Amino acid sequence: MGNGAEDAGPPVGSSPPPPLEWKFSQVFGERAAGEEVQEVDIISAIEFDKSGDHLATGDRGGRVVLFERTDVRNLGSRKDLEAQDYPISRHPEFRYKTEFQSHEPEFDYLKSLEIEEKINKIKWCQAANHVLFLLSTNDKTIKYWKVQEKKVKKISEMNVDASQAVQNDNIASSSTISPRGYLPNGGCPERPHGQLNNDLSMPPGGFPSLRLPVVVTSQETSLIARCRRTYAHAHDYHINSISNNSDGETFISADDLRINLWNLEISNQSFNIVDVKPANMEDLTEVITSAEFHPTHCNMLAYSSSKGSIRLIDLRQSALCDNHSKMFEEHEAPGSRSFFTEIIASISDVKFAKDGRHILSRDYMTLKLWDINMESGPVATFQVHEYLRPKLCDLYENDSIFDKFDCCLSGDGLHVATGSYSNLFRVFGCIPGSNEATTLEASKNPMRRQVQTPSRPAKSLGSFARVVRRGAESPGVEANGNSYDFTTKLLHLAWHPTESSIACAAMNSLYMYSA
Amino acid sequence: MATIDEPLYPIAILIDELKNEDIQLRLNSIRRLSTIARALGEERTRKELIPFLSENNDDDDEVLLAMAEELGVFIPYVGGVEHAHVLLPPLETLCTVEETCVRDKAVESLCRIGAQMKESDLVDWFVPLVKRLAAGEWFTARVSSCGLFHVAYPSSPDQLKAELRSIYAQMCQDDTPMVRRAAASNLGKFAATIEQHHLKTDIMSMFEDLTQDDQDSVRLLAVEGCAALGKLLEPQDCIASILPVIVNFSQDKSWRVRYMVANQLYELCEAVGPEATRADLMPAYVRLLRDNEAEVRIAAAGKVTKFCRILSPQLAIQHILPCVKELSTDSSQHVRSALASVIMGMAPILGKDATIEQLLPIFLSLLKDEFPDVRLNIISKLDQVNQVIGIDLLSQSLLPAIVELAEDRHWRVRLAIIEYIPLLASQLGVGFFDDKLGALCMQWLEDKVFSIREAAATNLKRLAEEFGPEWAMQHIVPEVLEKINNPHYLYRMTVLRAISLLAPVMGADITCQKLLPVVIASSKDRVPNIKFNVAKVLQSLISVLDQSVVDKTIRPCLVELSEDPDVDVRYFAGQALQACDQVMMSS
Repeated sequence: MGNGAEDAGPPVGSSPPPPLEWKFSQVFGERAAGEEVQEVDIISAIEFDKSGDHLATGDRGGRVVLFERTDVRNLGSRKDLEAQDYPISRHPEFRYKTEFQSHEPEFDYLKSLEIEEKINKIKWCQAANHVLFLLSTNDKTIKYWKVQEKKVKKISEMNVDASQAVQNDNIASSSTISPRGYLPNGGCPERPHGQLNNDLSMPPGGFPSLRLPVVVTSQETSLIARCRRTYAHAHDYHINSISNNSDGETFISADDLRINLWNLEISNQSFNIVDVKPANMEDLTEVITSAEFHPTHCNMLAYSSSKGSIRLIDLRQSALCDNHSKMFEEHEAPGSRSFFTEIIASISDVKFAKDGRHILSRDYMTLKLWDINMESGPVATFQVHEYLRPKLCDLYENDSIFDKFDCCLSGDGLHVATGSYSNLFRVFGCIPGSNEATTLEASKNPMRRQVQTPSRPAKSLGSFARVVRRGAESPGVEANGNSYDFTTKLLHLAWHPTESSIACAAMNSLYMYSA
Repeated sequence: MATIDEPLYPIAILIDELKNEDIQLRLNSIRRLSTIARALGEERTRKELIPFLSENNDDDDEVLLAMAEELGVFIPYVGGVEHAHVLLPPLETLCTVEETCVRDKAVESLCRIGAQMKESDLVDWFVPLVKRLAAGEWFTARVSSCGLFHVAYPSSPDQLKAELRSIYAQMCQDDTPMVRRAAASNLGKFAATIEQHHLKTDIMSMFEDLTQDDQDSVRLLAVEGCAALGKLLEPQDCIASILPVIVNFSQDKSWRVRYMVANQLYELCEAVGPEATRADLMPAYVRLLRDNEAEVRIAAAGKVTKFCRILSPQLAIQHILPCVKELSTDSSQHVRSALASVIMGMAPILGKDATIEQLLPIFLSLLKDEFPDVRLNIISKLDQVNQVIGIDLLSQSLLPAIVELAEDRHWRVRLAIIEYIPLLASQLGVGFFDDKLGALCMQWLEDKVFSIREAAATNLKRLAEEFGPEWAMQHIVPEVLEKINNPHYLYRMTVLRAISLLAPVMGADITCQKLLPVVIASSKDRVPNIKFNVAKVLQSLISVLDQSVVDKTIRPCLVELSEDPDVDVRYFAGQALQACDQVMMSS
């Protein structure tokens, strides 16, 4: 996979690289013992930008928090940075950058529906001039944000504030001038522009007494987030994913039954490209659960369904892409069906690997890695929490079985990760031959609950085309005395695009780990 | 601190507000930048205002957009064309901002300024600016640069020209698709300024790069440039280099690309001449007419008449007509609709015989289409067929189509057909109209939807204009007036509306004898809405009728209404009485 020498997996048969040694790196918003978590603070989305220099989280309270990387300082231009060729000795470190309220709770009066402010997804867009752009969405409305650093400016000299000149220093402490600049009550005595009549004859040399405001720029900066566009009223159902296109001008938004295509510049129209709504809603058997654009081919996108299939569509084929060009599906072994089979088959997240050749999907019990050239089944399946299989009935009773876990791939495509219960998450190596399967806990001591990876290696590693099952937990976990806590689930996590570093959310806290 | 004289106070505030915290005030100041410049004088505008604007370029996008626009017409305020270059620095910064509309406006303003600058100034100031932008670190600057080459190029010396061409070639291969798109969409403009021999080599190789781009969005724009580029080249060069590309594109994997081809093909036909059109473009066009994607067929179908016009009738009949026949039964209603809106134009091209033999069956089948838009599109262009074959052949099938549309359950469809009735009436003639359509026109007056009743009234007026007052007196007026006895007041109101519209066409006599009595009688209606509408109608009749009638009949009626218990009736009666008085005063 991949194009560079580094990306390519080692030749089959060679010994796999040593497993990653994970270490705790940082935590933001750590909970004190016994502290109660506010519902609105629970993190509901995590996303790194393309360069890995920024990280964004969204929460149930509709806020978006941005973090920036501190260990690589891009003081110079981007090109300088590339030229410098940093020795990558340190793990990425982040610091809080800014936050803003992206969505507010709303009420749809026509449908008598409450619209939560919870951020479902965040996606970074192409940055320009050191200005950051991102898309955030709740169930119904997508917003395009521009986050910009502005130099703090002071206005020191004006035409009409001679009498109050003394005040200037304390007036203009913000980036803007206070209206007190010329009138104590904050307004102008009259708006005389209308009377700015033409009978005032302008001398050819101008009026020497007029002056322009003098602006003093300080080194201080302030970050300002502005909503530049709002893409609303295009979804009848809840938006589950957004994804931007490699062409840099379009993005998609997907809800349960439809996928719409937008131009970033145009917020009042979108094109419906996939519509799986049956004529009669009683015939509904399958919904869209997640959708993503191909990382480099602007015409391709993948979407997953509640039945466990992934469809690849080609936007070039037709305007309405109801016919997929490829469908990835694993046919279940006959006889293994149970009441839960269909429920746990539902895919909660799909991600393309950076190389665009592989797709990672997460269903309730497993992570599956698919090769775009093989539709009949995944090239690898990783059991996430097989020990829960006997408990499916309980999980169904308390609705946990419907939890939607994210999945992610490392930048080199050699590792995959996803979350589980009890604040655990798992990292798997996906080179054939690797049986790396690590369990980490989102806490300052991630290896606390580490259980031994089974020594049973996957059979016949010879080809990608064979399904490899590994990482099955030994059933002894519960014997450790740890009972599983279904309320502390680790749903959201993201892998740094270039480094071995994972950010994951445990309730309201953001934990970062590096290897 | 300066003390400001009283008369300068407004300008002083205007200047201060360039930095106000309220964005509306800043916008206002920027919009009046020319006033500020005149108050400062040319020299201080150059030395202070422009640098001030250059430094304060981190304002909100709305303000920057306004600034970019104002600066485009600022040459007079900086001291004329010889100082125009001082305007370049602030616009250069605006060319690099993140917001697309600001950049576009800045580019537009730069082009406008550049067009007025002296050649030497362009070389000294404008060309370096373009080069700086093209070498910009962020894609935003490079995108903007693409739109400026065509201004910089013509006045540059040869060596610089070569450099500009090679920079543009780099833009066509930039890493960011945004830049390549900008290069693709500006290629035609740039090519128009380039010498013929470079056109064939440099520009064509850039064009080739763009047409092979793997981003659909870039290739799309390359197609758009095809026709423009084709027109610049000699026909034989166009055939050699553009034609293969377009033929290739017409079979592109992406329907969007093929859609673009379908839209552009006709323009290209003009560039390559009739021979190549027949040999190469016609097969491509036929393929597009049979494309898998409905959107492509819609685009192609919409051009069918234009395309046939460049072909010989014989070829059109032989190759295009079979496709048209297929399209008339296309599974997509939008395709049929697009076809219906242009197909009538083919009649004059094909001539009478072919039209009757080949086109007529297609017209007829489209007239029976299940989708109302298709039928409407045919009917709206009826006059074109009439010129070739006469209406007789069509009238038999026309009538059922019209009746069906007239009774369509969607009121917008009914509205559309009403609007075509006068056209139909003029094409079909009085005789046909009386037999078949007269009843429909009356029926619409009693439609459930107000817009239809309103349109029906207007329709009667247009018919009266078309066929004359005498005909109207015979066929329209009696039936309309009869409806005043309708038990529902809304329908009675429609009659009043029709009367006020018909009166000016019918003239004073008929109005006085036939229409006025009905109106006067209605002033005794029990519904106030009718009564105040009577007042309104009477007001409109004043100008039609003689003064004596106004005094004898209208005024007493209005006086009575002005004492009505209902406030609205009194109000409109009062208004009408005032109008009476005015007419009397003026006469």
